[in-house]
Amino acid sequence: MKHNDLNERMYKEHIMELYKSPNNFGELKNPTHRHTEYNSFCGDEVTINLLVNNAKIKDAKFSGSGCVISTVSSSLLTNKIKGMKVEEIKKLSKVDMLKLLKIKINPARIKCVLLPLEAVMGALR
Amino acid sequence: MKLNNQSVKKLRKDFPIFENQKELVYLDSASTTQKPKQVIKSIVDSYETTNANIHRGIYDLSQKATKKYENSKKIIAKFINTSEKEIIFTKSTTESINLLAYTLPSILQKEKDEIVLTEMEHHSNLVPWQQLAKRNDMKLKFIKIKEDFTLDLEDAKNKITEKTAIVSLTHISNTLGAINPVREIFKLAKKNNSITVLDAAQSIAHMKVDVKKIDCDFLVFSGHKIYAPMGIGVLYGKKELLEKLSPFNFGGDMIKSVTLEGSEWNTIPERFEAGTQNIEGAIALGEAIKYLEKIGVNEIGKWEKELTDYSAKELNQIKGVKIYLPKKHSGILSFNVENLPTHDVASMLDDYDICIRAGHHCNMPLMKKLRISGTARISFAFYNTFEDIDKFIKAIKEIMGKVK
Ligand SMILES: Cc1ncc(COP(=O)(O)O)c(C=O)c1O
Repeated sequence: MKHNDLNERMYKEHIMELYKSPNNFGELKNPTHRHTEYNSFCGDEVTINLLVNNAKIKDAKFSGSGCVISTVSSSLLTNKIKGMKVEEIKKLSKVDMLKLLKIKINPARIKCVLLPLEAVMGALR
Repeated sequence: MKLNNQSVKKLRKDFPIFENQKELVYLDSASTTQKPKQVIKSIVDSYETTNANIHRGIYDLSQKATKKYENSKKIIAKFINTSEKEIIFTKSTTESINLLAYTLPSILQKEKDEIVLTEMEHHSNLVPWQQLAKRNDMKLKFIKIKEDFTLDLEDAKNKITEKTAIVSLTHISNTLGAINPVREIFKLAKKNNSITVLDAAQSIAHMKVDVKKIDCDFLVFSGHKIYAPMGIGVLYGKKELLEKLSPFNFGGDMIKSVTLEGSEWNTIPERFEAGTQNIEGAIALGEAIKYLEKIGVNEIGKWEKELTDYSAKELNQIKGVKIYLPKKHSGILSFNVENLPTHDVASMLDDYDICIRAGHHCNMPLMKKLRISGTARISFAFYNTFEDIDKFIKAIKEIMGKVK
């Protein structure tokens, strides 16, 4: 039943495309902030590199080994925070992350969505 | 009863979940099995016709409940070829093992201070022993697994010595499906006067388990993996050992007499069943075994192996899929898909209403040994059909197309 209803699917086209060629993957040459966060549930690991200048994000990259959901989430989050003020980033929540992904997330996978946000928060702490 | 794709389709009608979830492809029976209506009805019957506390009431209703409870024990005892005096109801495999880890020290010889397990144990047959080792200053040793995912018997000979107090291992690996040579290992243990414990969580519903033939001191399993409800489990123990063990839980029903100063314990097995029990669960477990015996556990095992071998053959034809399957295996199959983390494989299959398990399967040390972070795992019960596998294989191919 689920598979007949495309809206119910987690793994939509835009998700798979972004997984295959994510944005901002890699390390920054001279990051001002850096942090790695782990997800013991599926063994994911995301490292966030940030270049902060004047309390604003100049550049952001992510690396590590992750599942489809955490990779896509990292890719979208790093895009979003570029140019944002640090203070605003600190207000980002679970709801903002789910909005970024634009798909229905199974509760078991929420951790994968939030992993990059936790890494960003860790880097800015 | 002969099991084939047709007869199984008829038996599937006994399982209301497949009526209510028409598209469901359930390939996670090693985690928990679905329940037939006979078992569900037994739970309802207990509450609607014989609900009373057992062993306590003088009145007829309590006698009826007690009788059903005792009768279930007889069914279970016969199923594993023993007497009902040696059957203790617990919550689960996990609770049975914890009971042993807390009570066995009272009968261990002082000079024996080693516990032998294997590298493929479920965390529930590992963590309780780790804790016992910590409490009592004992040492843990692990029988190695070989490249072909079987236990290394030579290594077992080295690890099981006169210092071995306890040998505890799984009958079937919940991750790899390997059927372990438990009789050989328990023979080594007996030569060294060690206590033997068999974790039958993954074998009880899939092959004939005979405690006399296996010759183990203790055996544990969970009801929910054998078509019965969750929250009921079994601990089998040899009478002469149970009689020497001190109780685990203290309270009502496990005593013969109580004064303010002290108490005298009840006889076995009641000594180990303190407090009000999961009576409807215990009764339903008996019903589940009756149901399973009508089909025949050997027949079930054969059918599940046929399904597994068919799946392995199909998966092997897909480039980029690696399977982990020992030669002597049950209805469990672990695999990995190139470029796709296992949790995504499971989530993507969920989009097709296909239920599989992903991750470390409560087997983190084994994953480390195989140098992988996890596997995707399918596991069968007798109600699975070739169509289930065909849908699964088709979905896997589609999924792999998406990451190309
Ligand atoms: C081999 C093995 N042992 C123990 C357990 C634990 O069973 P339970 O969670 O029912 O206590 C499992 C369950 O997955 C298992 O597969």
